[in-house]
Amino acid sequence: MNNPSRRLIVFVAMLVTTWVAWAQTDADIDVDIDSISMHTLNEVIVTANRFTEVIPSQKLTGKELEGLNSLSVADALRYFSGVQLKDYGGVGGIKTVNIRGMGSEQMGVYYNGIQLGNAQNGQVDLGKFSLENIEEISLYNGQRSDVFQTAREFGSAGSIYLTTRRPRFKEGARANLKAGLKVGSFDFLSPSILCEYKITDDIFATFNAEWINSSGKYEFRYRRVTPAGEVAYDTTAIRENGDIDAVRIEGGVQGYMPRGKWKAYMYHYTSERGIPGAIVNNVWHRGERLWDRNSFVQAMFEYDITPKLSTKVNAKYAFDYTHYVNNDDKLIHVDNIYKQREVYASWANKYTILRNWDVSLAYDYQWNQLSEYRDVQRNTHWVSLASAYALGDCFKVQASALATIVDEEERGRDEVPDKFKVTPAVFLSYKPFERADLVLRAFYKQSYRMPTFNDLYYTDMGNAYLKPELATQYNVGVLYDLDRNDNIFSFFRIGADVYYNKVKDKIIAYPKGQQFRWTMLNLGVVDIRGIDAQAMAVFRFPYQIELTTKLQYTYQEAIDITDPNDNYYGHQIPYIPWHSGSAIVMLSWREWMLNYSFIYVGERYNQQENIIYNYTQPWYTNDVSLVKIFRLKDVVLKATLEVNNLFDQDYDVILNYPMPKRNYRVGITVEI
Amino acid sequence: MKKLHYILFLCVLLAMACRTDEIVIPSEYDRLPVAPTPNCNPVGMYVLNEGNMGSNKASIDYVDFENGLYARNLYAERNPSVIKELGDVGNDLQIYGSKLYAVLNSSHKVEVMDARTLVRIGQIDIPNCRYINFHEGNAYVTSYVGPIAIDPNAQPGAVYRVDTTTLSVTGKCTVGYQPEELDITDGRIYVANSGGYRKPHYDNTLSVVDLATMRQIQKIAVAPNLHRVRCDAYGKLWVSSRGDEATIPSRLLVLDCKEPSSREMVVTDTLDIPCSDMCINGDSLYFYSLAWSDKLERNVIAYGIVNVRTKELVTDNFITDGTEKEIEKPYGVAVNPANGDIYVTDGKNYVSSGTVHCYNRDGVRQWSMRAGDIPAHMVFLNREE
Repeated sequence: MNNPSRRLIVFVAMLVTTWVAWAQTDADIDVDIDSISMHTLNEVIVTANRFTEVIPSQKLTGKELEGLNSLSVADALRYFSGVQLKDYGGVGGIKTVNIRGMGSEQMGVYYNGIQLGNAQNGQVDLGKFSLENIEEISLYNGQRSDVFQTAREFGSAGSIYLTTRRPRFKEGARANLKAGLKVGSFDFLSPSILCEYKITDDIFATFNAEWINSSGKYEFRYRRVTPAGEVAYDTTAIRENGDIDAVRIEGGVQGYMPRGKWKAYMYHYTSERGIPGAIVNNVWHRGERLWDRNSFVQAMFEYDITPKLSTKVNAKYAFDYTHYVNNDDKLIHVDNIYKQREVYASWANKYTILRNWDVSLAYDYQWNQLSEYRDVQRNTHWVSLASAYALGDCFKVQASALATIVDEEERGRDEVPDKFKVTPAVFLSYKPFERADLVLRAFYKQSYRMPTFNDLYYTDMGNAYLKPELATQYNVGVLYDLDRNDNIFSFFRIGADVYYNKVKDKIIAYPKGQQFRWTMLNLGVVDIRGIDAQAMAVFRFPYQIELTTKLQYTYQEAIDITDPNDNYYGHQIPYIPWHSGSAIVMLSWREWMLNYSFIYVGERYNQQENIIYNYTQPWYTNDVSLVKIFRLKDVVLKATLEVNNLFDQDYDVILNYPMPKRNYRVGITVEI
Repeated sequence: MKKLHYILFLCVLLAMACRTDEIVIPSEYDRLPVAPTPNCNPVGMYVLNEGNMGSNKASIDYVDFENGLYARNLYAERNPSVIKELGDVGNDLQIYGSKLYAVLNSSHKVEVMDARTLVRIGQIDIPNCRYINFHEGNAYVTSYVGPIAIDPNAQPGAVYRVDTTTLSVTGKCTVGYQPEELDITDGRIYVANSGGYRKPHYDNTLSVVDLATMRQIQKIAVAPNLHRVRCDAYGKLWVSSRGDEATIPSRLLVLDCKEPSSREMVVTDTLDIPCSDMCINGDSLYFYSLAWSDKLERNVIAYGIVNVRTKELVTDNFITDGTEKEIEKPYGVAVNPANGDIYVTDGKNYVSSGTVHCYNRDGVRQWSMRAGDIPAHMVFLNREE
């Protein structure tokens, strides 16, 4: 009961500490020119030539991210083509994504280069990751282009990279301080603070804290009409038990050397929330509560031993605590605690054989443990070998092979077999014309998703003999860029990818016997075909007026081909729309910025069978935001006004989980 | 080029795009592939589809014997103004007098409808309700949650008494853990306690509740994890246990009076027959069993008949034409008292449409019809007198 106040106290304490630290630094400001070079270097990385990327990627960075009405990483991912978001609604509702119909367990989510894990259920709740200090979100179909990466990074069917803000200092400044406050609908309140400090010219420290509090109460509406057109029922109610109270604290130190760099990072997230649950007949509120603590420390060291040989070491320790209580007096009382621990270490090496030929070798090790509710552990090893080769300036190829070895715990009862899998990937890109920025690309990749602890061991449900789930992807695509720096019509991009994926041995819940007892089986086969298309244009008008437009469109056919005797054989799998897309228009003039975004998710079905009872209507949301920047001497003040779901649409992303109607958010940040 | 792209995009959006009003899904009618039987009695049979938890997809179908029709999803069309339709997870369906009662477990209510028209009369709010039975103007409903217990992990269940004219709760009696079916005979309610949420500490008792006082007067130890309880014409009780899913298998048990003069019931026979559901018609007890085999990684299924008088197995497969192979997961059984037709529902994977199969008394399949999600409970509608 005292938790919110206790969190507030912790938050305020953090704030005070930060202020003190900052005030101290304020005293010894000295001129520093070198930091500007750091700044430019970072810019170069962000806007690197597309052709250096063998693998198709989508990115949202800096200004774009600021303009989009997104609170969490999950909200921002809606703007990527090929991505489907499962959103249970509200600030605290679970949000997971899957890419190209392959299931969210096949996605890898990397936070500052190291994968976020959940060995228990394989799902990362992206609603928990605030955009507050995220500078870049990138999505790669397959894996990231760079061969110089950890072995695990070669393992996912799709990869999301979240990169936190890199410190940049104004000339002469040693410290940056940014404080922000957001308030909005659902009694939403979120103060945050970010500080960056330059310890030496090459060593920076960052600290960031955020408190999120919301009652999660919002109006939703269910309305039905009879086939004759009369209103059958029309009811508006308040979403209950969707409150959240969360604090996130992050901090890190990073250093740069002439031949390398290092980073150390800590992350702590703690929350208490209600689980609002499904709205069904006669049930308008539920009593499930969840307490969460996710903490990790991670470190990275990268060094060029010789000009040809580079090495990189990564390490991480993570501890997750989840406490689940069902207080609903109509249901059986449940009170479970889960604790997960993870130790991860990786050693990656790159050797440049020729100027245009790199090879890399990496080894990763991870230990996972789940305890309290049930005790299990597992050791996993990954070994990757990869090579990138460029033929002139026009042809690039990257190939990799990843071996995954899972040592399951020796347990008399379950005798879970160990697993060994090798997965290959090949990526090609070809630039046929020297003058035109046209790139053709193709890739083939296999990836496995290992059964999670829940899949293997969950009470009654678990099946010790599960095999890993295999996904195979084929992709061909084209991308054309036109960069006309000085013209009004200054930049244009158009591209499309066609893909075919097949998921075999898909791990699905299968009912056994009576009374909703389920087991997990390698039963599913899914055949996925699709097109991702994108277009972007930037116009630079006189008087500093700039207009950016961005369009994404995805067509997907993801059909179940498990067994011709099933009555859903050949049907679109649940929650995958045939059509989806987004449009973004950003208009900026001097210190004003107006953004409009539209997200569309077409018709789909909420269960395996494509029949009227499972039909789910399309949903689309129009969001608008207005940003104004005020400059007062050294202080930059930014005010934001957001309106989400402008046309007040009533919709469910997941059946019986109503989404909020029109809602507002106001934000203000001060940067010194 | 860009313009073209915009136009294409907009066209696609417009073609597929817009949301329309959500309509109340109308009923669907299919013709049964058998001749209509005018003047039959019962005239039809209602089927309750459970719907997976959280989906709010419980629905009621009707098999019209007279006109040879299968009507799907009747409730929503007959009661369009009921917010969020019938409800979440149907668990029992019975007719008493002129009313049809549907127990909706996760909607915490018993929905009461006119048995002829399926028009809603009202609802009785009972938390976590499971099964219903009737006696002299009262309905008795089992519920997983009885009084708030000191130990929240050992909360006993209850039987609620409901007046069928006023549809109000008039009494309540605490019984064992997670009570399932109940049957009434000789002034007493027999309640099968499962303890299903207390694995591995299952309940193994049958609660005996005195009708007049609504007090639990006895608990009879029977077998772990009881589920079904049915009276036969000889005053015996047939009880099924689910076992512990490890060492103790599912069993069919018989209880009878200790002595002819006594009302006290004791277990007289434990038949070496696993049983998931049963239906007594005359002297024949039709049952099926469904048990998961870890070794085979599939469900092992049997369909049988036991003679309730001799307590002997008459057949271990009442489906004689080999079509039982097409049933993935039997989930309910009913026998037409007029002509001996047997109905077996198939729950399939719980999250897609199930099937209702009809076999004649010789075990030859007559028809199969697509139902809603998890068709499980059937009740016959008699001709109006």
